[in-house]
Amino acid sequence: MAFSVTARRPTQAPRAPEGPAARIPGQPGPLARYEGLLVGAASVLVFVAVWQVAAFRRVVPELFLPGPLDISNAFVAYVAKGSIWPDMWVSGQELIYGFGLSIIIGLPLGMLMGWYKRLNEALDPFVTFFYSIPRVALTPLLIIWFGIGINSKIAVVFLGAIFAIVINTAAGVRNLDPALIKAARSFGANDAQLFRTVVLPGSVPFILTGLRLGLGHALTGVVVGELVAAQLGVGLMMATAGATFQTSKVFVGLVIFATTGVVMTNILSRIEQRFQTWKPNPT
Amino acid sequence: MAIGNGKLPVDHSGRMYGGPNAKLRATEVSIHYWIERSARPFLAVNGASLEIRPAEFVSIVGPSGCGKTTFLNAVDGLLPISGGSLELNGQPIVRPGPDRAMVFQQPSLLPWRTVLGNVIYGLELQRRISGRERQERARELIRLVGLTGFEQAFPTELSGGMQQRVNLARALATDPEMLLLDEPFAALDAQTREFMQRELLRIWGETRKTALFITHDIKEAVYLADRVVVFTRRPGRVKSCVDIDLPRPRELNIKRDPRFLEYEDQIWNSIEEEVRGADDRPPASDRGGRRPSALEDKARDPDAYGDTGVV
Repeated sequence: MAFSVTARRPTQAPRAPEGPAARIPGQPGPLARYEGLLVGAASVLVFVAVWQVAAFRRVVPELFLPGPLDISNAFVAYVAKGSIWPDMWVSGQELIYGFGLSIIIGLPLGMLMGWYKRLNEALDPFVTFFYSIPRVALTPLLIIWFGIGINSKIAVVFLGAIFAIVINTAAGVRNLDPALIKAARSFGANDAQLFRTVVLPGSVPFILTGLRLGLGHALTGVVVGELVAAQLGVGLMMATAGATFQTSKVFVGLVIFATTGVVMTNILSRIEQRFQTWKPNPT
Repeated sequence: MAIGNGKLPVDHSGRMYGGPNAKLRATEVSIHYWIERSARPFLAVNGASLEIRPAEFVSIVGPSGCGKTTFLNAVDGLLPISGGSLELNGQPIVRPGPDRAMVFQQPSLLPWRTVLGNVIYGLELQRRISGRERQERARELIRLVGLTGFEQAFPTELSGGMQQRVNLARALATDPEMLLLDEPFAALDAQTREFMQRELLRIWGETRKTALFITHDIKEAVYLADRVVVFTRRPGRVKSCVDIDLPRPRELNIKRDPRFLEYEDQIWNSIEEEVRGADDRPPASDRGGRRPSALEDKARDPDAYGDTGVV
């Protein structure tokens, strides 16, 4: 008997095409990385152009709405006069000392309050009280206590920023994954090791949220504090300019504060990204 | 085919094992914990006695909520016991120690650490060996669990099964005398679970650690263990022990061996008694009913055991 066994050779696997002709769904385009930036920049440019045209046509008197060019002229004058530097120096110190102090005290305090239930119960009434009242309302009191110099403004900034930092840091610690704490304990972690390897890295996202919110409050503190009483500062300059109807100069102050806020928020975002390389899709 | 007619060895005390050189000896262990909602203590384990020999693989099964995980946490030293005694090598267990390592139900990996960083974690906390030795040991374990090439990956980039491999490697890296496994494969899909069971046996075969494995999956318990311990319903204690006299190494297709099914059936009946008891209804036999055996199940549904992962 003759069996004819035709061993079928495995047919060749279909060869992959030499590179896709069309774009694969999900594949980013060449400009994808900058898309957000480009769209944002374009939209700002259009806005400024429309604003300038409106100002040029004097739709609204300059006293009410100066145009971008008026503002930049005021800025140049402010720089030329030289008074910008002492103002920025004072406001900058207020911001950095006040905000820095609120981080130095707020972070450890928030961590302890998140970890130790007792401490949280003891301090919660105060934190809630201060977080609920508009802290700028304390400014007159702080000026009585600390004088019209830089110290009262540092206090305003400090009080403005610290509670957001404390509350968010504590929330971060409380929201740690209990499974991670259990695993660390199971491998014999002591308190210091647990803190260093789980608590601190685990609450970074919350801490950064707290810092970002705190920064907003801190900038508010600088402006409002100087509006109430000050000897120097960008906020004071704005107050004076406003009182004397130098509207363009008020805008200069606004731009300075806005730029500071944007730059510092950006720094915080950088730090955040640096800590979150492990997230599947950093956005 | 004779099924479940009491021919298999059963030890109802759970104590005749181990003898003087038992690795783990639990005597009348009771564990309470405080339930905040009902504001009263809750008895999770009541008088559990069990001895485990060195290098023995023991599985604990029982109705859900029977306190088997609580018992395992006490063996790890994470929970204090409220009665009886719990000894490892004759020493009472009071806190977690380097002689035990737990593989958790959730992978519980630090998401900001790479695979390598996570496998090193236990060693790092225990500070027993230098940094370079840790690295070497961790790489060795990563190879053992089959994750070579993923050292620098983050847990979020791994599948559930791979995460559990890391979890296992982290526990083995500390070179414990006893490996505690808390339903480590419960959250995996059916196929991955079967593969991981076989992988666990392979790895266990290379390390021969004493192992205590908690599961609610009877097949898994029988497949892995030298002995299956059945817990009663809450508050849990040892109801019966079944020696699994199947040859090693075991392949996945042993799950279709008649003897395997017989073990499974026997353990099922033991657990079912407990579950029935919880409903305060007479046992099945009194009502003339009987849970269809695993064999009958299979006869009705040829796909019941599938062919997944059978080699």
